[in-house]
Amino acid sequence: MPSMSLFLSQLFNGLATGLLLALISTGLTIIYGTLGVINFAHGALFVVGGYAGYTVYGLTDSFVLAVAGGSAVALACGLVMERGLMRKYYSRPPEDQILVTFGISIILVEIVRGLYGGVSLSVTPPEWGQGIARLGTLIYPLYRLETLGIAAATLLLLYFVLYRTSLGLIVRAGIEDAQMVNALGINVKRTFLLVFGIGAMAAGFAGVINSPIVALTPDMGFRYLVESFVVVVIGGVGSFPGAIIGGIIAGEILSLTAMINPQYSDVMLFIAMALVLIFRPQGLMGQEGRE
Amino acid sequence: MNSAQSTTATAGTGTATRRPAAHNTGGAMRRQLPEMLVGAGLLVAPFILPALGMSPDLLTRILIWGLFGLGFDLLFGYTGLLSFGQAAFYGTGGFVTAYLLTDGVVPNMLLALVIGTVAAAVMGLIIGYLTLRRTGIYFAMSTLAFGEMFYFMENSVFKDYTGGENGIAGVPPPELSLGFINIHISSGWPMYWFVAVLFFLGYLVARRIVRSPFGAVLKAIQGNPKRAMALGHSIQSYKLIVFVVAAAYGGLAGGLLGLFQSYMPPDAFALDTSAQLVIQTVMGGAGTLLGPLLGATIWLYLYEGLQQVGSLGPYWKLILGIVFVVLVTVFRHGVAGALISLFRRRRQLPADVDDGASTRVAGSLDIVPPLATTRPGAPVLEARGVSKHYGGLKANSDIDFTLREGELHGVIGPNGAGKSTFFAMLAGELPTTTGKVFFRGQEITGIGVTSVCQLGMSKSYQINQLFEHLTVRQNVMIPVLARLRGRYRADLLSNLHSEHLDAQVNAAIALVDLSHHADTQVSEMSYGEKRRLEIGLALATGANVLLFDEPLAGLGPEERVLVVSLLKSIRQGRSMVIVEHDMDAMFELAERITVLYEGRKLTEGTPDEIRRDPSVQAAYLGGMDDESA
Repeated sequence: MPSMSLFLSQLFNGLATGLLLALISTGLTIIYGTLGVINFAHGALFVVGGYAGYTVYGLTDSFVLAVAGGSAVALACGLVMERGLMRKYYSRPPEDQILVTFGISIILVEIVRGLYGGVSLSVTPPEWGQGIARLGTLIYPLYRLETLGIAAATLLLLYFVLYRTSLGLIVRAGIEDAQMVNALGINVKRTFLLVFGIGAMAAGFAGVINSPIVALTPDMGFRYLVESFVVVVIGGVGSFPGAIIGGIIAGEILSLTAMINPQYSDVMLFIAMALVLIFRPQGLMGQEGRE
Repeated sequence: MNSAQSTTATAGTGTATRRPAAHNTGGAMRRQLPEMLVGAGLLVAPFILPALGMSPDLLTRILIWGLFGLGFDLLFGYTGLLSFGQAAFYGTGGFVTAYLLTDGVVPNMLLALVIGTVAAAVMGLIIGYLTLRRTGIYFAMSTLAFGEMFYFMENSVFKDYTGGENGIAGVPPPELSLGFINIHISSGWPMYWFVAVLFFLGYLVARRIVRSPFGAVLKAIQGNPKRAMALGHSIQSYKLIVFVVAAAYGGLAGGLLGLFQSYMPPDAFALDTSAQLVIQTVMGGAGTLLGPLLGATIWLYLYEGLQQVGSLGPYWKLILGIVFVVLVTVFRHGVAGALISLFRRRRQLPADVDDGASTRVAGSLDIVPPLATTRPGAPVLEARGVSKHYGGLKANSDIDFTLREGELHGVIGPNGAGKSTFFAMLAGELPTTTGKVFFRGQEITGIGVTSVCQLGMSKSYQINQLFEHLTVRQNVMIPVLARLRGRYRADLLSNLHSEHLDAQVNAAIALVDLSHHADTQVSEMSYGEKRRLEIGLALATGANVLLFDEPLAGLGPEERVLVVSLLKSIRQGRSMVIVEHDMDAMFELAERITVLYEGRKLTEGTPDEIRRDPSVQAAYLGGMDDESA
């Protein structure tokens, strides 16, 4: 029987992992919700962000600048992707969109591999994140605690942008009927570009935040891509609250199962997804009939 | 269901002699041409390709990928289901086979292969059942995730059997025991021949599936799943079976991989395996069966080639990624697709002539006889108090409607009156919020379009719902197949064509006057012709009750006349409901007219009564608002 403090610590761990997953999945889900495209290069953008952050961190010794730099590079990649290719794909079948974003992910990952090599790079947490925090009887790495705060704050910010600003209103209206929004004199194309950029930036941002916790490798992105797929399938594709709830559920499953038997933690995650597909195929927060 | 009262097909016999008959030996030879070419190719490859620096091991590896790809192409290229989790089945087949042989549980190599293949198929059934609950991106995402699940399970739950990270080493060299003689298959060319034989068998089976009625339905599902469903096919069953077939091909290929390498690597389960399969298939050309083989050749040959160019070796995957993105963007059908269209242009062959079809047989189009004995004037289709609400919006409120046997009943109403919603509920496409729909006394509320179609009612759509990438003949075949075979039949290896089928298809095509276009791809036809095909599809279901949603929409004056006379000519033996904006046509055609206004039934009567009804005039002129209808 695991001790209470271990249980609490794992519960906390799950929340931290979960919010980070939620952050990644949010990027995936707002792009899908707005543009109807599932970005298979999302994991690659996560990697690109992480590595760019690593470089900036090495040059400036400032983790804050690293986060800004990593996000900016991922944003730039997203903008180029949208302008250069994705725009041509909005009217093509979803299978083509999946294939082209998948191809882009190979290119991005291989560029990273070419620049940094295939070995894993570890990143030390910033000064303000070193050491441990004591929460009552609970001892917890300080940086993880801070990630939890950062991820939560970023999600709140995204929520605010999407639900409380005019941009968010346009985005949500564009989801319903892009043509109509266009007819109202709003440049939907630019909005789409922006959304794609924001989605990519969320992946890059998460990539940098995550780098002191998990060492960087060029191939790590696929793992996060798969996990964020599980998150959005559980939560409902295209649903912002669904991504958060799905993320937390996934994080807790991973971390609580790991406490009992780490071998089964990934398997449990997929079983949870299977259950959702059987009993609520549209996802916990998904709407019926939206595909 | 086959024999029936029949209408006289207007141009039934006129279709006959345009093309020389296909049922002759020359045609049969030509239809088997791909099989013969592939067989010959496999036979001569060992004598030619080594000159290009291809070793027997490389060729064997290509064939294993090609075999894996045959199943995947049926799934993706023909049915349009993009799975990113095929590694799960490749790995399952491989590990089961390798385990059985290595641990000596099943010493017979062929039996172990069969068990591995069956195990993969069973996994396919489970994963397919789960993932096919959603389509499109959901399907791609969940197959990818489940594929990863297998990868994790290999390394955890089943570690004791699979060796975890080490895989299964020391798979015994394959031995064919034929009872009287044991043939030891050593590596190199013997292994090539062994795999080549299995690949060829796999190819023969895949070709049969593609050319079976089952395969025809698969192509329809890829083109327009909703219409395939509305024409009476239970597409979910078809998708699940083809998923299982693809899994079985994967399992067999995986089993061969272990035998070929004497080692079963855990990578077989990796995402990279699924991804490589997808990339090879797309590069080679999806929907050609041989595309994956071609793609594997390019991939593996390129890989070996680039490794020898020292400086390029590390960038080979980057180059591959760029090539892939360019191919997806520019050449939709990969290398094989480009070659085929080049060949066709050279020979000036039309897009896709179905040379197995007999154009000579003709007859009249059967109509499914009503299940219950009917008498003229009895109600056929009844809506009782039907309502449809979307949140606060009341699209339809409390509509009563009766279509009588043999009647042609019109439904009119100004824009936004709720005609299309009402029609969708009659056709079983939309569930009602309240109220019930009856078909010859049987309740059909929300039973779904497939069941409604199988009962003998079909709808033609306001916006054409055709199979654009198929020919007219292939389009019309889809509803005829649903009538002759029911909602689902697993006739994967049967012949597509029978005299009865071809006669029915020809009759339906003749009825909508498209015989001269029978082998034209739909995407190349004019709007008016597509509109007639749209009606033709509904007719070809053999339905005795037809719902027409604005059949004249978007047609020019000449086409209108044509369609109106078509609608008149098909009345015998059929009851029909027509929604239409064109009043003149409606007053000319209909015996009774129901007027909808703001989601309610305003009035009903003969054309003369409706024409004189002041409330109808007011509704169309907009005066009703003041009287609060």
